[in-house]
Amino acid sequence: MSYEVVCGIETHIELNTDTKIFCNCTTAFGGDPNTHCCPVCTGQPGSLPVLNKKVVEYAVRAGLAVNCKVNTISHMDRKNYVYPDLPKAYQISQYDEPLCENGYIILDSGKRIGITRIHIEEDAGKLIHEDGYTYIDYNRGGVPLIEIVSEPDISSPEEAKEYAEKLQLIMRYVGISDCKMQEGSMRCDVNVSLRKFGSNEFGTRTETKNINSLNFIQKAMYAEIERQTDILDAGGTITQDTMRYDDVTDTISPMREKENSDDYRYFPDPDIIRFEVPQAKIDEIKASLPELPFDKLKRYIDGLELPEMTAKHMYRYRKVCEFFEEALKLGAGVKNASNLITGTIYATLDTEEDKENFEIKVSPSQFAELVKLLDEKKINFKMAQTTLQEMLVSGNPASNYIKAEDMEGVSDDEITKFCQEAIDANPKAVEDIKSGKDKAINVMFGYIMKQTKGKADVKKAEAIIRDLISKM
Amino acid sequence: MREIISELSKKLHSGEVSSVELTSEYIKAVEEANPKYNAIVHTTFEAALEHAEAADEMLKEGNADTLCGIPMVMKDNICTDGLLTTCCSNVLKGFKPYYDATVWEKLKEKGAVLLGKANMDEFAMGSTSESSCYGAPFNPRNTGHVTGGSSGGAAAAVTANMAAYALGSDTGGSVRQPAAYCGIVGLKPTYGSVSRYGLIAYGSSLDQIGPLTYSVKDAAIVFDAIKGFDRRDQTSKAFDYGNILDYLDRDIKGVKIGIAEEFFDGIDPDMKTQIFDAVKLFEKNGAEIVDIKLPALKSALPVYYIIACAEASSNLGRYDGIRYGHRTGSYDSIDDMIYKTRSEGFGAEVKRRIMLGTYVLSSGYYDAYYKKACVIREEIRREFDETYEKCDILIAPIAPTTAPVLNFKGLSSVEMYLSDICTVPINIAGIPSISVPCGIDKKGLPIGMQIMGKRFDDAKVLNMAYFYEQNSKDWAGNFEGGVRI
Ligand SMILES: [Zn+2]
Repeated sequence: MSYEVVCGIETHIELNTDTKIFCNCTTAFGGDPNTHCCPVCTGQPGSLPVLNKKVVEYAVRAGLAVNCKVNTISHMDRKNYVYPDLPKAYQISQYDEPLCENGYIILDSGKRIGITRIHIEEDAGKLIHEDGYTYIDYNRGGVPLIEIVSEPDISSPEEAKEYAEKLQLIMRYVGISDCKMQEGSMRCDVNVSLRKFGSNEFGTRTETKNINSLNFIQKAMYAEIERQTDILDAGGTITQDTMRYDDVTDTISPMREKENSDDYRYFPDPDIIRFEVPQAKIDEIKASLPELPFDKLKRYIDGLELPEMTAKHMYRYRKVCEFFEEALKLGAGVKNASNLITGTIYATLDTEEDKENFEIKVSPSQFAELVKLLDEKKINFKMAQTTLQEMLVSGNPASNYIKAEDMEGVSDDEITKFCQEAIDANPKAVEDIKSGKDKAINVMFGYIMKQTKGKADVKKAEAIIRDLISKM
Repeated sequence: MREIISELSKKLHSGEVSSVELTSEYIKAVEEANPKYNAIVHTTFEAALEHAEAADEMLKEGNADTLCGIPMVMKDNICTDGLLTTCCSNVLKGFKPYYDATVWEKLKEKGAVLLGKANMDEFAMGSTSESSCYGAPFNPRNTGHVTGGSSGGAAAAVTANMAAYALGSDTGGSVRQPAAYCGIVGLKPTYGSVSRYGLIAYGSSLDQIGPLTYSVKDAAIVFDAIKGFDRRDQTSKAFDYGNILDYLDRDIKGVKIGIAEEFFDGIDPDMKTQIFDAVKLFEKNGAEIVDIKLPALKSALPVYYIIACAEASSNLGRYDGIRYGHRTGSYDSIDDMIYKTRSEGFGAEVKRRIMLGTYVLSSGYYDAYYKKACVIREEIRREFDETYEKCDILIAPIAPTTAPVLNFKGLSSVEMYLSDICTVPINIAGIPSISVPCGIDKKGLPIGMQIMGKRFDDAKVLNMAYFYEQNSKDWAGNFEGGVRI
């Protein structure tokens, strides 16, 4: 029997504020265990939380970027449960009045995935199991998170992956998080249920927790759909389990349930008074939002007339786009700039993460200077590439590598002279060309380039060679 | 009237006595009297002498504060860096915080001298201080009776002249009621006027730190020193009180005193007579009496116990033996460790309130209890607000009786909870209230009068109390024993 997939995703995203949500401790990743801690974030007796204004601002930014309505009045709740990584025995979160509600994301297909809510909360610490002991590191405790809850609008593993990918891209663009799934700054819980086609009733759903890669979202979902289909086909019923996906074996299995039940005994945190986000502030944040990724992609293709491939190669990396657009502002031409970025610069950035971080030694102005020389045909593409490679290593400007005489180019007389020499030195190649083996001309280009240190215009040289041969 | 702080301050500033000398006297007094009253559970004499030396330096330089060099004690739920702070609970035995409460930070800056941490009901839960893991303190007026709770040790220490003043905390009457039982002054300031940072929480939306002193003027001096906005406490408010001490001897002519009969239901008749005598004194001096109705008061006690216990159940979840305090000796899993640690660490009263709080917050009961309590809480607040449109202050008893006898096993939890009936509405409303001695009953035990004002009208409350104190018999009197300087 075939079923319809109903899926909703809860995404936890760590905000990249400098300080934690309720104290002034650093949120920097790493550090010796329990060194980024104070009485507040370790929940010491007597300590009190003070809500970081930046966190609220970032959450509003996130909400506006995915078309949410932002509530001007909001409050924090306590979610009570006992676990050693949670020092206060409650997590400060938002329950019945989340900061942002009713947003959406549009998939490539044009399908709209609703976003139910976005709320603020704090991260817990980390348990480390070693030599039969359990150690706790509270450095992550109190790092600000937002939880983005989607509507159950997702109906395939592909859509799930695309949704998460788009969410990641948008959040990176608006600068609230680096959304590194492998480092845990973005984690997804995927809820899946199946129902017979045409049915309006939801099936029992399971939740697969803490998925830390976009591909695993898709894989875990396939595994879960298969598992549920098998059970339903055999006439069984689905139990509302929390599942765990094992990426090594590509299998899904129910997690051992924590003893505590789901009764979190939520109530408004009496230590944090209700807070207001004035409409003027919301408007100000809205005005400060950058161009969002899909608007940018459209502009690169339709406005800048970049080939779709090139545009797609660039738009997903915020820093690349910033670098590119800064160079354009400084006078670099679109075509040469984009080609050098996706060609020469990308060649030095191996991974997605490298491109995301885009830490290169060349400044936009140095880059623009080089591109302009190319645009004005003072150097050829080959030379621009070589020079850029040098610049990327040293961080020196183009002028360090391109001497004034290099840029003078080669006079027509000189090229003619070298072409004649090439013909004289390669009678075999001349014969080949005459008999239609055009590739033989490359032998002569090699000679000419060597003589002119690569400065000769290849097209011009080709014309001269053919002219000379035809006169032979 | 013993205005101890002013008297000592004069002597310190004139050089008649140094803080080190004074502190040594107090240390002697504590060593002598504490075995009798069990008022102080951790002495900090070494630190006290250091504080005293620093105070003497400040005094020498001139411009020292009134409180400079004066020895005091703090309730054991106010955090002191490097010094024991245990909430008189086994679960926090041995706990030394590495941070100071804001109030202590402020006092230290002014040159205060800390003699020790005062006995209290475990986690400030109780009305007699008998739930302390160190045993109950004894009432210096009559050691067969309780000091009251939960700041009982603080009240006893001040009463017995073992400290010039004390800081306590008041969640449902815990400063005012022991002050009344011991015959001294206790002030519960407006919620939000004194930072709660470093006060180990019981009921966060109700807790407030306040002074216990021999006189109203002393209370005003201490309140003045500890009040003020604190960026570390989001519930603290910036309010400009002006000079509170200037306010003390303002004329009381035309002040409208509200009397709500709901406060006098089931009150000891002698006590009622004494309080009405005090009211008559105000009236004779130009105050007007207004009859007030506060029908919502009848719900105050259940509302208080629901909200306080709900917050307590959440606030006390952190005592799991993982990071500090007591951890059980043997266990076979993390769950087992937490379970045993909490079973061993908490006393019966604390467990009772955690259970009650967990129950009222749990799904299925939340709406019926916690949510309903919050709605009634708003009603009570509104009723007080409306009341203060008709009068400036309210006068009421502190408790239905004077101090009960110690170890009176016949007192059920509910009966004990009833002794809070006059004080809890004030915490629910977040308004300021003071307890002033206003008589002695037939058993020779002190009677306390409660004077309440509107939010941030602390100065008016102090003003009325001061007027009464200056124009009535010296009920607090001179206590035999302790420091005499
Ligand atoms: Zn911290």
